Amino acid sequence: MDRDDASRRAFLQAAAAGLGFALIRVVPVHATPAAMDGAIRKVVGSSTISKGRVTLELPPLSENGNTVPLTVSVESPMTQAEHVRAIHIFTELNPQPDVVSFRFGPRAGRARVSTRIRLANTQTVTAIGELSDGSFWSTSANVVVTLAACLEDA
Amino acid sequence: MSGRIARLVVALALALLAGTAPAGEIPTAERRSGYELMGRETRAMQDDDTANPGMLGVLEGEAAWARKSGAAGRACADCHGDARASMKGVAARYPAFDAALKRPVNLEQRINLCRTERQQAPALAYESRELLALTAFVARQSRGVPIDVAADARTQPFLDAGRAAFYRRQGQLNLACNQCHDENWGKRLAGNPIPQAHPTGYPVYRLEWQSLGSLQRRLRGCLTGIRAEPYEYGAPELVDLELFLMWRARGMAMETPAVRP
Amino acid sequence: MANALVNVPPRARRGDIIEIKTLISHPMETGYRRSQLGATIPRDIIRLFVCTYNGTEVFRAELHPAIAANPFIVFSTVATESGTLAFQWTGDNGFSASESAAITVD
Repeated sequence: MDRDDASRRAFLQAAAAGLGFALIRVVPVHATPAAMDGAIRKVVGSSTISKGRVTLELPPLSENGNTVPLTVSVESPMTQAEHVRAIHIFTELNPQPDVVSFRFGPRAGRARVSTRIRLANTQTVTAIGELSDGSFWSTSANVVVTLAACLEDA
Repeated sequence: MSGRIARLVVALALALLAGTAPAGEIPTAERRSGYELMGRETRAMQDDDTANPGMLGVLEGEAAWARKSGAAGRACADCHGDARASMKGVAARYPAFDAALKRPVNLEQRINLCRTERQQAPALAYESRELLALTAFVARQSRGVPIDVAADARTQPFLDAGRAAFYRRQGQLNLACNQCHDENWGKRLAGNPIPQAHPTGYPVYRLEWQSLGSLQRRLRGCLTGIRAEPYEYGAPELVDLELFLMWRARGMAMETPAVRP
Repeated sequence: MANALVNVPPRARRGDIIEIKTLISHPMETGYRRSQLGATIPRDIIRLFVCTYNGTEVFRAELHPAIAANPFIVFSTVATESGTLAFQWTGDNGFSASESAAITVD
């Protein structure tokens, strides 16, 4: 949240308190692409993010958004001098943008991880690779998410 | 929710405009497991025992198999020994006729009969983690075994009741199982392919549930989906339908623990 | 009652890159679901997974609710020496689970 938002909020809260109402915080059900950018910035700081070097494997059509297999890899010799420090995964339309951060060192041998993620709906998934030289690389993939035809009562 | 039902009704109305008489069973040679309709990644999840989430349940079941239980202080292993040998082929024959109850029982009920009668332990609740784990462990020992439920003088009336249920229209959507699963399998319903509904892999790890679940849970889910009142777990109507579905799938290989969307 | 399945090759040559598969039983409750009565079901997830090789950390994953239930993580490490690969999962409500596997490196 940037400084303008914070001060506007503080003003509103003070005003609301003055009026005797509690300010109710509404949590959005979906994050927005802007929220994802914010989450990415938190990790990357002010560095530039270049496209490439990261490979993101996701099924183009997922049969169920509860479990979507994902594999991400970054080409790198994985030596002490040159290796991948971390890979971060983000989504733009899930309730929150962060999915997972994987942290490596030269002992990993390969910067390649597989896992299973949740996708709330059809959207773009972004992977950010963080290298030992301080550079950041990204790639994205789009996944169409289908929902079950019949929902059972829980 | 209502939008989804509306789409379902429209899709099926269009599919059924051609005729109202049930078209008949799927020819034996054309039967396909739901496995074949799944995407590559979901199939990979099932194929790899080190990655199949259902295997977590199987492992828990393996531990439960060896654990002494109840007033009799007996473990399944005490009577049945190594499940790999003693339970091979068992799940492929269930539901099976129980002479004392004079009707077929499913595998979950069989396990509970053993618990209450032989172990003097309380029955495990349907869909409880422990019952699912034990059932998954026992059924896993039949993986690859062709389904072979008995269709004889004793089971015939129950098989017929199950068959009648499969072909009967019910619920607010007034649909019969065969309308989707015999006549429209392979077509998509709200984005997902309709399977032929062969229970080859139960208890199944269903991605929608994010856990293992029994065939009865799936049947209750379908009944709810067509807006019919679902029978209670363990109801004879559900066991009769399980028996018919297993008979309909006779000869197909067991896949437990299967992974399904 | 944590239940985990880890797959580590029992033997490897020194310098080989080995693939490790881990699967742990956990609902990964997101904190966004509601019960039938409308109450929010509180968040309950695994937040951290760490792998150590003879005591040295070689891999870590920081998980958020978007990781699917029964978290599955596959990663690699270089087979440097014989010993023990230890896996630790920690999360909300004091969740803690660990597994280990022995490896012989020639």
